[in-house]
Amino acid sequence: MEQTSPSPRSVAAQTIAVLMPRAEAVAIPLGALCVGFVVFSLFLLLVGKSPVEFFALVWKAGFSSAFSWQNTLSRVAPLILAALCVALPARLGLVVIGGEGAIVLGGLAAAVMGTAVVGMPSALGMVLMMLAGMVLGGLWIGAIGALRIKRGVNETISSLLMAYIAIALLNHFVEGPFRDPASLNKPSTTPLVEGLRVGDMSFVSAHWGVLVGVLACIFCWILIERTTVGFAARVAGDNVRAAQVQGLPVSRLVIGFTALGGAFAGLAGYFEVAAVHGSANASLIAGYGYSGILVAFLARHNPLAIIPVAILLGGFEASSGLIQRRMDLPDATILVFEGLVFIIILLSEALYGRLRIFTASFWEAR
Amino acid sequence: MTILKPLNRRSFMGTSAAALGTAALGGIASPAMAAGDLNVGFIYVGPKDDFGYNQSHAEGAAAVKAMAGVTVLEEENVPESQDVQNTMESMINFDNASLLFPTSFGYFNPHILEIAPKHEAVRFQHCGGLWSEGNPTNAGSYFGYIGMGQYLNGVAAGHASKSKKIGFVAAKPIPQVLNNINSFLLGARSVDPSITCQVIFTGEWSLAVKEAEATNALADQGCDVITCHVDGPKVVCETAVARGAFVCGYHADQTALAGDMYLTGAEWNWANVYTDMVSKTLAGEPIDNFVRGGLADGFIKMSPLGTGVSDAGRAQFEATKAEIVAGGFAAIKGPLNDNKGNVIAAAGGSFIETDVALESMDYLVEGVLGSTS
Repeated sequence: MEQTSPSPRSVAAQTIAVLMPRAEAVAIPLGALCVGFVVFSLFLLLVGKSPVEFFALVWKAGFSSAFSWQNTLSRVAPLILAALCVALPARLGLVVIGGEGAIVLGGLAAAVMGTAVVGMPSALGMVLMMLAGMVLGGLWIGAIGALRIKRGVNETISSLLMAYIAIALLNHFVEGPFRDPASLNKPSTTPLVEGLRVGDMSFVSAHWGVLVGVLACIFCWILIERTTVGFAARVAGDNVRAAQVQGLPVSRLVIGFTALGGAFAGLAGYFEVAAVHGSANASLIAGYGYSGILVAFLARHNPLAIIPVAILLGGFEASSGLIQRRMDLPDATILVFEGLVFIIILLSEALYGRLRIFTASFWEAR
Repeated sequence: MTILKPLNRRSFMGTSAAALGTAALGGIASPAMAAGDLNVGFIYVGPKDDFGYNQSHAEGAAAVKAMAGVTVLEEENVPESQDVQNTMESMINFDNASLLFPTSFGYFNPHILEIAPKHEAVRFQHCGGLWSEGNPTNAGSYFGYIGMGQYLNGVAAGHASKSKKIGFVAAKPIPQVLNNINSFLLGARSVDPSITCQVIFTGEWSLAVKEAEATNALADQGCDVITCHVDGPKVVCETAVARGAFVCGYHADQTALAGDMYLTGAEWNWANVYTDMVSKTLAGEPIDNFVRGGLADGFIKMSPLGTGVSDAGRAQFEATKAEIVAGGFAAIKGPLNDNKGNVIAAAGGSFIETDVALESMDYLVEGVLGSTS
């Protein structure tokens, strides 16, 4: 551009030219979400149900009132933390899908620590419980990163299989060494004393795990986008060879990021025990680790995007019951819907850089 | 439409919008509930057509649905987590439910205990028998002595078995399950004291692959009558029948799955229990916080006897059933040892079906092959 005094029109075009490439990252997932809505609506019409009613119920159950928000937010904490367990390794190009294992073991460790810290000041006890959950979760997923880097074991398969081992360990310890003898027909660890329970936040009826999850997302975003460690991780994620040639500590990055992800999943387990169940038992195996995969992919592994996506997903799942009851659809309906959106989001990955409307040159030419 | 118009964008949009509109109008009005109705919510931990635990409750719900002045709300596959609290709240807030049946054992503590005090006008009826003094008074629990049903299963099995080996696929070594295993074997031993029962624990309430493996392993060892205590007996039934073994059912009627190989089954009779509780609520009468019952009270029932049961088997089955209905029957009675040789009951000692000592059972009786740990 060699104009001496740019016309207002071209200033606008310039601004748009700067903004549009950034808008791409928001517009494509949103567009994919809308396509998902449309395809799912066609599916509903095929089975003779009303899409309008479906989305009205999702809105009513998930977002329309204070109660709906409480219902939605109560699911958000484990979703956010489980999603971080997928998103952090993903920035290094690793697909870890076994966060469920870290959640159940984190919950177990927290519950066992909870019985050991009785008598200590409750703030100290809570911190120790939290640490126990995070350390065990971190070791569990960190081990998957270590196996990947030291032995070339595929992290997707190993994390999934280790989730089964984790669940078996949980069952073993809950039914054996750490079983509260009073828990006759539902083997559980000894219930936490009242002082170690996590309550609801004062301003909204959802437990403190939600706020901790949001803070964890902000922390991860700063770590990835604003620190040299995060920069090194992104380089290694884009091209491992290049990162190694540059002398970046790829092994330590992989183990560190997987361990950090695992620590957050373990933290999710801690909150499930301290805020919801009050002890560790088989109810910890609730599938949050798997829903977290969906959240992380929808958020394209961006920690800040995880927050709204987790809320959206939480709202979808909050509406599952109302849809069963009012529309007489099976409970799998929401899963079909989520699966459909998931696939369309994955397909939309191919669109990045291909839509001219989002390129600077498209707008500069105007 | 009489003439097929070529499909173009405009006509496609038009038809889609029309279809959308019709479907929307058809749907939105449907949830309307008559004012003054009693709205009753049923919550299941698994699918309500699982041929097992959840189906038995869904059959109860279906009976309630047929009552006048009642609207039934159902939700299936609700985990024993924050989810069930949300589901209860949702049924109360969106659908004005005032009587809830959260049917899974793990729904009680902490979930019902958490929600009940917040909704004092709502009655929470939990299946599993956990309510105790000090728990919220608007909560209650109920359970049935289904061990007696397994004892009768054992009588039928004892007559049908040629190999004198019967098998039990069990979820977890907890008191309720152990009582069923022991009752099944003791029922069979009332026919022939040489019978043994092999038990295999799968470790989970619902784990189809392991249930199939366990059933196959039992058949491999020569067990020719197989029963189970898992949430959904479908896999066990079908696998056992495929291996040529007789089946004794559990939770619900599995005749449809096992056909001629189905001897009988220990079923819950929730239709009777639920219609009774709902009638009481409609009439404004209180429901006891702690309710239990057996065959005589209509809490459990037996599936119709199959063609595989001999006349002698039929006669002993009916006689034993009459004894149980009369009350005071004991499956666990002395002299009886556990399968490690410890004395469970000395000669003359017995534990009748209502004995609370049975609720902390931690042993397998002599004749059961297997271990609790």
